[in-house]
Amino acid sequence: MSIDFAHFTPWASLAGGVLIGTAAAMLVLLNGRIAGISGILGALFVPRSGEVLWRVAFLAGLLVAPALWHLAGGTVLARIEAGYGTLVVAGLLVGLGTSYGSGCTSGHGVCGLSRLSPRSLVATAAFMLSGFATVYVARHLLA
Amino acid sequence: MNPLSAFASGLVFGIGLLLSGMSDPGKVIGFLDLAGAWDPSLAFVMAGAILVGFFAFRLAGRRGQAFLGGAMHLPERRDLDRRLVAGALVFGIGWGLAGFCPGPAITALGAGYGKALVFVLAMLAGMAAYTLAERWRAARTAHLTT
Repeated sequence: MSIDFAHFTPWASLAGGVLIGTAAAMLVLLNGRIAGISGILGALFVPRSGEVLWRVAFLAGLLVAPALWHLAGGTVLARIEAGYGTLVVAGLLVGLGTSYGSGCTSGHGVCGLSRLSPRSLVATAAFMLSGFATVYVARHLLA
Repeated sequence: MNPLSAFASGLVFGIGLLLSGMSDPGKVIGFLDLAGAWDPSLAFVMAGAILVGFFAFRLAGRRGQAFLGGAMHLPERRDLDRRLVAGALVFGIGWGLAGFCPGPAITALGAGYGKALVFVLAMLAGMAAYTLAERWRAARTAHLTT
C-alpha cells in the first residue's frame, strides 16, 4: 500500500463529513428521522400518508445541492469511469443490497455508527470489506 | 412533518458530499483501492460525520419527540441476521464497481451527469424488485398460514 498524497484532502473531507453529520443531526432532531438515503428513497415504493412529502423534500435538497455549490464558486466533479453496462449492474446491486441490508453508507455508516448500533457496525464492516475486495478484483486481478 | 427542514437537511447533506469529495466516484474508488495508490480521505469524511452524529443521536435518544413535533423514529433492532449481512455484502460489490452509493449518485444526478442517471434508474429498479419480492413473500406466507 502507498498513500496517494496528490489526491489526499484531509481537511476538505473532514469538513464535508462535519456537514454530513450536521445534516443527519438536523433531520433527526428536527424531524425525528434517520438520514439514510437508501431508506428515504426505498420507502417511496410503499407510499404511506405523511411519509411522502418529507422524503421527496430531502431528496430534492440533495438534487439541488450541486447548483448551490456551483453558485458559491465550488467545482462539481464526478469522475465516472464505469461503462454503462457496469453502471446498470452496480445500480441493481446497490438497490437490492441496500434494501435487504436495511441501509447504505449514510444510514449504517454515518447514522448507525453514531448510534453505536451493532447491526450498523456489522453492515458497515461487510460493505467496506466487499467494496475493498471488488475494487481489488476489478483493478488488480482482471485489469 | 416539516418538509422545509427535510429539504434543508438534504441540501446540507449534498453540500457535504460535494465538499468532502464523496460525490466523485473516482475519489471513492481511490479510497477502496487499498492495493493501489490509496487515498484515505473518505475515512476523514466518516470521522467528521460521526463526530457530530454521535452527540446528535445521544441527544435524540434522550428525547421522545422531535423539536418540530412528531415522534422520534429511531431503529430499535439489535439482532444480526443473514439478510443484513448478505445485503450489505451485495451493496459493497455495487459500490466498488461504480464508486457510487445512493447519496452521491443522486447528487451527481443533480449536477447533470447522464451516467449518474443510468446508475440511479438501475438502483430504483433494484429497490422496486425488492418491494415486489417482499410483497410476493408476504402473500405466500399469508397463504401458507391460512
